[in-house]
Amino acid sequence: MADLTTDFSGIRSPNPFWLASAPPTDKAYNINRAFEAGWGGVSWKTLGEDPPIVNVNGPRYAAIHGPDRRVIGFNNIELITDRPLAVNLREMRQVKRDWPDRALVASVMLPMNEASWARHIPMIADTGADGFELNFGCPHGMSERGMGSAVGQVPEYVQRATEWCKKYADVPVIVKLTPNVANIVYPAQAAHKGGADAVSLINTVNSIMGVDRDRLTIYPATGGMGTHGGYCGEAVKPIALHMVAAIARDPGTRDLPISGIGGVTTWRDAVDFLALGAANVQVCTAAMVYGFKIIEDLADGLSRFLDDKGMASVQALVGAALPSVTEWKYLNLNHVDKAHIDQEKCIKCGRCHIVCEDTAHQAITLSVNGERRFEVKDEECVGCNLCVSVCPIEGCISMRPMTSGTDPRTGMAIRRQAADWTVHPNNPLKDS
Amino acid sequence: MQSSRLDRRQVDDNFAALDSSLSASEAAIEAQRCYFCHDAPCVSACPTGIDIPMFIQKIRSGNIIGSAHTILEENIMGGMCARVCPTEILCEQACVRHDHESKPVAIGALQRFATDPVLEGGIQLFKRGKPTGKRVAVVGAGPAGLSCAHRLAVLGHEVCVYEARDKLAGLNEYGVAAYKAGDDIAQREAQYILAIGGIRVETGAAVGVDTDLADLRARFDAVFLAVGLASTRRLNIEGEEAEGVVDAVDYIAELRQAADKSALPVGRRVVVIGGGMTAIDAAVQSKLLGAEEVSIVYRRGRAQMGASEHEQALAQTRGVSIRHWASPRAIQSENGRVSAVQFEVMAPGAGGGLNATGETYTMAADVVFKAIGQCLADAPLDGEQALERKNGKIVVDAERRTSLPGLWAGGDCILDGEDLTVSAVQDGKTAAASINRFLI
Ligand SMILES: Cc1cc2nc3c(=O)[nH]c(=O)nc-3n(C[C@H](O)[C@H](O)[C@H](O)COP(=O)(O)OP(=O)(O)OC[C@H]3O[C@@H](n4cnc5c(N)ncnc54)[C@H](O)[C@@H]3O)c2cc1C
Ligand SMILES: Cc1cc2nc3c(=O)[nH]c(=O)nc-3n(C[C@H](O)[C@H](O)[C@H](O)COP(=O)(O)O)c2cc1C
Ligand code: SF4
Repeated sequence: MADLTTDFSGIRSPNPFWLASAPPTDKAYNINRAFEAGWGGVSWKTLGEDPPIVNVNGPRYAAIHGPDRRVIGFNNIELITDRPLAVNLREMRQVKRDWPDRALVASVMLPMNEASWARHIPMIADTGADGFELNFGCPHGMSERGMGSAVGQVPEYVQRATEWCKKYADVPVIVKLTPNVANIVYPAQAAHKGGADAVSLINTVNSIMGVDRDRLTIYPATGGMGTHGGYCGEAVKPIALHMVAAIARDPGTRDLPISGIGGVTTWRDAVDFLALGAANVQVCTAAMVYGFKIIEDLADGLSRFLDDKGMASVQALVGAALPSVTEWKYLNLNHVDKAHIDQEKCIKCGRCHIVCEDTAHQAITLSVNGERRFEVKDEECVGCNLCVSVCPIEGCISMRPMTSGTDPRTGMAIRRQAADWTVHPNNPLKDS
Repeated sequence: MQSSRLDRRQVDDNFAALDSSLSASEAAIEAQRCYFCHDAPCVSACPTGIDIPMFIQKIRSGNIIGSAHTILEENIMGGMCARVCPTEILCEQACVRHDHESKPVAIGALQRFATDPVLEGGIQLFKRGKPTGKRVAVVGAGPAGLSCAHRLAVLGHEVCVYEARDKLAGLNEYGVAAYKAGDDIAQREAQYILAIGGIRVETGAAVGVDTDLADLRARFDAVFLAVGLASTRRLNIEGEEAEGVVDAVDYIAELRQAADKSALPVGRRVVVIGGGMTAIDAAVQSKLLGAEEVSIVYRRGRAQMGASEHEQALAQTRGVSIRHWASPRAIQSENGRVSAVQFEVMAPGAGGGLNATGETYTMAADVVFKAIGQCLADAPLDGEQALERKNGKIVVDAERRTSLPGLWAGGDCILDGEDLTVSAVQDGKTAAASINRFLI
């Protein structure tokens, strides 16, 4: 089985699965259990200045459920650690001593003044932590106090705080980014300029979960009032993947190791992050929903996947899919796909027909020769993938490329050579 | 009694219809139903303690080989058990889904889905341990014997298996219903188990006949007895010797070995005497072969039957009728062939006993199957008179140690054996662990 050992920016761990800074890494008790279960590392629940913050005594969390109450999305209004700094530091020192082969990263959030960094960073480093993770992402509560995402949203602040941390730390510094920005590349570049050794992303996305429809109040609420929280879990994975790939592709940041976070639930999610440029992954919600034991399938599944691919290490997978990511304008406009429905697999639910009929291109039949039968009309199909997306049967509808002949929809011959928007006649700015 | 009541294709179809596996999409939907419970009740209900939520999670995540590993590391016969375990009284009975929708996750079917590719592809998931230089003899290559041998090989011991019959796998090969164990699964599984290496097998080597136990005990560092129950009980009633009165276990063994099942002799009116899995299997398979009327007659009530409710229901939906509270008194014959069985009506007595009522009835029959249980054969144990036995079975402790030093036993042959494949596998595992502690 493939070796899962990873070296993330000089921090070694037996596998690329770390627990993200959050309740699962709140204290030694949880972390000892996590390491016993097999997690490769942790980012300790974010440390701050004393006196510790206080949390609400009502609901901190709420979930969006899929069918059968499976948790799809998760929301929280929890702040950083609510325990005294000394208690955390004492436990961190002990945990690192007990688990020397696991990664222990200190997540920190400090105000925008250098003196605080100068005082805290050496004290925290003294625990033997393998690195720092700067929490510039918490989007609720802490941001009202000028920290968390309030820093992460201003590249100049990101750079300055990173510089302060680097000045007082001897171990690697990872900057954890907030997704609540217009373009993730700017804060990542700022972190790079500030001397960050790596970035991690994403923290949670601003969110309101819903309304209590009996009382007509925000849900969840504490004593009748609520506030926005941070959204995470499976639902945010695509947002995170996009941001990871953007940083991995940007010339100004592509050499920064990335710790991918956001919705990792099974090893397949980890494969996505790694293939799009992350060097390891961090997990919070999946552990909070299923417990630490999921590490067994995460590690086992990834290792077997690497074997299947003939890859000897995690490193071989990192960035493997990046060459296939580009801008829209470089997509081959000469390529033609048509949907194809496997009649053997079709259960005749009619969903593909109605979505195509109502909202796409009227390209799927309802009946053929008087019988209920769903077939793609190549002369109408634009290859949009809507039917594939809604079909309840996996593998029943697939996209098939046309490689020769004429596209019956446009009457145009299929051309082998690629041509994209930059050379398209309709493009007023096309290269001549 | 005659053969070819149905043609070969009909017979094959009849058996195949009951031996189905999940498609990938059925498995995906079913796997989603598992809640990934903590300290899951299904795990405690599995005699081998397979981590069921984890193997199902691995199916869900698409890690099918990993899923098979989770199953096989606790139960090397996970493939066979997926087919033959009465899951409705084991893991599936404990599923928490019962509480709010009275429909458990189909654990057995998912287990088959996960293990089939590994058996089909011969994908070896286990490695033989570093040789310890210790040698262990295993007597009997049924589920208990093979499970013990495999675990001992994993632990690095050298194993020699002595098996009286020509083929391996014990009742997996000669006993369990053909419709549960199609596609030569018993042999494929046995070969998979042996492929780990370090296990030598001698077939046609009956201990007590070709070698004796005392000799094995002298030659090996430890011995595991897993001989099952090779003898069958007699009815001890008048007319039992008539032609057409057949041992159900022998008939089933013949059926399992038949290349063409439609050529087997089948009765017109079949009466099966007994209340366990063997009775059900003889009855159902007679029906599948084309018998016209098949009845099971059991001397006690429905609740006391050894066959689970699911098995009983299966028999009934296949057209088998089940009669309770009647005990056979005499077998009538014409020209030496069975023609009818006389039963006496029984009534429940005090303290779980049975009272004869004196009332009798007669059922016409051209075949009578005796399925009233098996017992331990004496032969293998000859020469070891000191071996403690009770109710005709071997007495063992929790580690499956017998009263004799260096001798372990497990599976059907031990007292309180549960007569289930899965329990035999667990016995083999437990004994291997104990033998390992003893040797190392
Ligand atoms: C008809 C029938 C149907 C069944 N159906 C099911 C079912 O659906 N589900 C289920 O869970 N269980 C079922 N069982 C029970 C299950 O098959 C047994 O509990 C299980 O096989 C016991 O395993 P074992 O290893 O103890 O014994 P066996 O499977 O009996 O194996 C014992 C082995 O030892 C060999 N042997 C015996 N004596 C000697 C000797 N002297 N020297 C060398 N070798 C010897 C035998 O040839 C045999 O191969 C059924 C049993 C029968 C009879
Ligand atoms: C309850 C909760 C508390 C969190 N607390 C912190 C925190 O203290 N520091 C931090 O950097 N991120 C915190 N996060 C964000 C997570 O570390 C992680 O970035 C985010 O949840 C996305 O990953 P996921 O989809 O695996 O949960 C918290 C998340 C949750 C759900
Ligand atoms: S999870 Fe634990 S702490 Fe939270 S509400 Fe439930 S019982 Fe209370």
